[in-house]
Order: sequence, then C-alpha cells, then structure tokens
Amino acid sequence: MSAADAAGESLVGVVLVSHSGPVADSVAALARGLAGAAAGAPVASAGGTPDGGLGTSSELIAEAARSVDRGAGVALLVDLGSAVLTVKALIAEGDELPEGSRLVDAPFVEGAVAAVVTASTGADLDAVAAAAGEAYGYRKE
Amino acid sequence: MSETALDAAFFVRWMTAAAAAVDREAERLTELDSAIGDADHGTNMQRGFAAVVKAVTEGEAPETPGAVLTAAGRQLISSVGGAAGPLYGTLLRRTGKALGDAAQVSAEELRAGLSAGVDAVGQLGGSAPGDKTMLDALVPGVAALETSFEAAATAAQEGAVATVPLQARKGRASYLGERSIGHEDPGAASSALLLAALAEVAK
Repeated sequence: MSAADAAGESLVGVVLVSHSGPVADSVAALARGLAGAAAGAPVASAGGTPDGGLGTSSELIAEAARSVDRGAGVALLVDLGSAVLTVKALIAEGDELPEGSRLVDAPFVEGAVAAVVTASTGADLDAVAAAAGEAYGYRKE
Repeated sequence: MSETALDAAFFVRWMTAAAAAVDREAERLTELDSAIGDADHGTNMQRGFAAVVKAVTEGEAPETPGAVLTAAGRQLISSVGGAAGPLYGTLLRRTGKALGDAAQVSAEELRAGLSAGVDAVGQLGGSAPGDKTMLDALVPGVAALETSFEAAATAAQEGAVATVPLQARKGRASYLGERSIGHEDPGAASSALLLAALAEVAK
C-alpha cells in the first residue's frame, strides 16, 4: 500500500490495452516492477480477445477499467489499431467505462511505467496523463 | 426520395439483411483483407453481425429505429474484435443517436443520421475520403441517398471498387505503402454491402 493510499486518498487507476494479451500483461508487470515498492496504483491489463486471440475486446477493457476505478479517474494506455479505436469509441459514445476514464496519448511501454509511477504518488489524472505523454520526449539517439 | 416512414421493423430487417450479406461475402472480405490486412475482416464481421441480429431480434428487442441502430452499434464494438468493430459500431451508434426516440423516421432523417454517423467514423479514425478506407464507400453512398436507396448502393459499390488504385493511408494497410495499391479496401467492400442491404430491404 502506498503512502497516498494509506492516507485515504484515492489513486488514479491505469489500464493497459494491447492487441495482444501477453503484451498487455507483460507491460503491466514491467510497469509494476519498475515502479518498485511505491507501486500502489491499481493496474490492470486488457489485451487480445476473450478467447486469447489477437484483437481488442470492449468487455475486457470495461472490466479492467472497473477493477482499477477508485474514484480518482482511470488512465487508459493503448498500443495500436483496434486497441486505439475501441477505447476512443467507448469514450466518445459509450457508457461502459467508469466516469473519469481517459485515453492517454503516450507510448505504450514507456508511458505505462511513467503513468504507474506517477499514479502511485497520489497524483491526479491530469498529472498522470501528462507524465505518460512526456515519455514521447525521451529520445533514444 | 420516397416519403416512406421507416419503423423499427425496417431497421431490424436491414441489420438481418446486412448479416446475411456479410455471411455470403465473408470469404471475399477475408481474401481482400489477406492482401493488405490481417485476414480477419470476413470472420470478424460475421461474428459482429451475428451478435447484432441476436440483440435486435431476441429477448427485449429494441422498439424504435434509433434504439435498433444503437443496440447494433454496441454489439459491433463489443464483438467484432478488430478495428472494424469500433468503426462500424460508431457509425451505427451515432446514426441511432441522431434518429432519437421517434417510432418512425423518414428516408431524409435516415440520410441525415447516417451522414452524422459517417462524420463520426472519419473523426474516430482520423481519416478522409481517398485514404482507402470505409469512407470511400460510405461518403458517396450516403450522399446518393438524396436520390434513392438504390443509388446509394450503387455509389457505395463504385466507391469501393475505386479504392483499388489508391494507396492506403490509414490502418495496418498503410504500413505497406505503395504495395497497398491494386487491392480493394476490405472496409470499403463491407461498407458497400451494408448499403446494398439497405437498398434490398427498402424495395
């Protein structure tokens, strides 16, 4: 349990949506691992289709979002293709996601780490989204 | 355009005819998708429209045109599994919302509603006509609804065929660059089927 959580503040939840179940699960594990002992923010993955294939499932996404919703908002990070479009469509048209759910424009892996670390400090959804988006700026050459 | 009033039963027939057309053409859609995509468009659309038919005919079936299309859109988003799900789901859901809760709508109201739906698809995918997408069939198809359902089906079909020489600028096919040229876009092909099904039930 993080300090923020212990103090009774609710933490932003993070949902990782990938075209592939193993990718979403692994990135969630990586983000939790790199965030270390401070990783108090709830993280859930929603990858692939319910039968384990490649693709996107709005049910898995909605389930994951509900599971990490503590009332402070939910940051959804996505990889590509139907993962992006499904979350965008759910936010634009639907009522399936908890209130305060937001699609965060960020690189999937780096953004996930930044989002989980930031959310674990008790930061609000704006700050979590900004931290994840800033990961676009880490150049690699 | 005719003055016919279209009720919920008409929209259920449209969705049922669309499902049958997708079933009939599933192999062709998947074949088109195997040329420039990931070879799942036919099976994805079959699964999606099977769920749509179930949702609008079984149990507490929706009772207004808007409710039929909204329910259909919801099913497509949740059961297609590929990018076509949110795209077609948004098309039908936004159209359904535009139709409101009227028990019957005119052909002109349907045209205006579909036009709003097509705009929403463009916004969602960040795409425009000429990008080799669904819009290349939907935009001319919905515009031709001003004339007749038949004209809309023809315009959509022509729009789909006209995607063959285009280079894809959206989706997985865009990674292929110039190699996407020479193939009909699978999304445009399935969009033409949707408007053909509309013309079929309007006869």
